[in-house]
Amino acid sequence: MKKINLDYTAAAPVDKEVLEKMIPFFSEYYGNPSSGHSLGEIPRKALQEARENVAGLIGADPAAIIFTASASEANNLAVKGFAKANMKKGKHIVTSSVEHFSILNQLKTLKKEGFSVTELPVDNYGLVNPADLAEAITDQTILVSIQAANPEIGTIQPIKELVAVAKERDVVFHTDAAAAVGWIPIDVQKLGVDMLSLAGDQFYGPKGSGALFVKRGVRVMPLIEGGIQEKGLRAGTENVALVAGLGEAARIAAEQLEERAEKAAAFRDRLKESLFNSIPHLQLNGHPEKRVPRNLNISVSFVEGEALLMRLDMAGINVSSGSSCTSQALKSSHVLTALGVPPELAQGSLQLTAGPDNKIEDIPYITEQLADVASILRNMSPLYHQYMKEAKQNA
Amino acid sequence: MPEYSDKVMEHFTKPRNIGELENPDGMGEVGNPVCGDMMKFTIKVKDDRIEDVKYLTFGCGAAIAVSSMVSEMAKGKTLDEAMKITNKQVAEELNGLPGNKMHCSNLGADALHKAIEDYRAKVNADS
Ligand code: FES
Repeated sequence: MKKINLDYTAAAPVDKEVLEKMIPFFSEYYGNPSSGHSLGEIPRKALQEARENVAGLIGADPAAIIFTASASEANNLAVKGFAKANMKKGKHIVTSSVEHFSILNQLKTLKKEGFSVTELPVDNYGLVNPADLAEAITDQTILVSIQAANPEIGTIQPIKELVAVAKERDVVFHTDAAAAVGWIPIDVQKLGVDMLSLAGDQFYGPKGSGALFVKRGVRVMPLIEGGIQEKGLRAGTENVALVAGLGEAARIAAEQLEERAEKAAAFRDRLKESLFNSIPHLQLNGHPEKRVPRNLNISVSFVEGEALLMRLDMAGINVSSGSSCTSQALKSSHVLTALGVPPELAQGSLQLTAGPDNKIEDIPYITEQLADVASILRNMSPLYHQYMKEAKQNA
Repeated sequence: MPEYSDKVMEHFTKPRNIGELENPDGMGEVGNPVCGDMMKFTIKVKDDRIEDVKYLTFGCGAAIAVSSMVSEMAKGKTLDEAMKITNKQVAEELNGLPGNKMHCSNLGADALHKAIEDYRAKVNADS
């Protein structure tokens, strides 16, 4: 059976060169970067090299990079860490309704601790309107946190414009760029952001690797206190192998960004065209153009996503869905809900993310399988039968 | 994907009795308040027995397997017997459902019972 992964946001294979870069740091160069003796030297150099490579990918000063174990952790350090360090200046934070849970859930906690939070709405494509941000900022606002791109629907936010609004009011700006870094050009200076989170596993680095860029002069409190690793912002002996992997992945991503983006977009666009040409009643979720190149998100009307996902899995195709039935919390995707996607269409949503092994030649097979699965499930769907009855009556 | 039993997978891949009966004697439709899914059962009744049963389901793998299983369990039963089918029995017949999928089993028996009640209400109204 064919094996086609279209769920590369969930996980992607680590690049071979990245893996090779990592391996020596487990047993060969196992030294502690903080050691005063020579065993620490190579690991210390590896950290520095990685810092430079990660900084290079986003146009930052290497000294401004804090390594973390995920973008979720970077987001927590940015928001909670900043809020704790700056609460004397004010206790209001602005974000958007389509942020990752690693932003939204910590804001819930901060609310309980006396902060107030404004969640900006998005339009039908998932875009935040800078005018809404201007209106939301008050004298109490200390931080704006808005994602660079959405991991589920791929919509790219107008970060530069949003930053300009925040800067006019002297408010610090953080962006969760986990879905963007490695796929679209990101330059912290051009964007003007004060903090930025990224995740290595989103550009073929290892899981468990992430980083936060913190501009000089921006004060954050550590989440993990102890030694002075990472400038005292993240205690604990550095995970040198993972950091080296992240650095190598960043180096390669910077080198190949355009090529990767073009290849992913070409596949994604062909796939989209093929699906929409062959399968009736599909809807595109997210923005038609302003989206990360590897992301496609569609809703298959009249059917539910877990059933789609399971049947596609049996045909060797891996996808994910924003359906409530696939979520542990039994809630459909908060992103699709924020876009105003009706609940029954959110139920039938599929996220397809292109990756290194996807081939244009596979598109006919994917299309055929999804068409099949959709028609099997529609045949047993009360919504589809209802729709057909009404169509008949209207004809 | 949740850990489904082989029985669930079997009913999910090859669901029995799919469809909607024409001019059914009874019809029952329920929505799942937890996740927003739906199930619709139609039945034919002869001599107080469920002679035929079909269903339509908009829902997850468990919901589809549940509706298929309920249709099998109900076919040929007297109305009283069919009214006694419980959600728990359906889940048991499927060799269990994952914890957060138990709520899907509520739909099946409920929709069937509604169809029977619908039939009974019609019969009462006619007599
Ligand atoms: S019907 Fe939605 S989770 Fe089962």
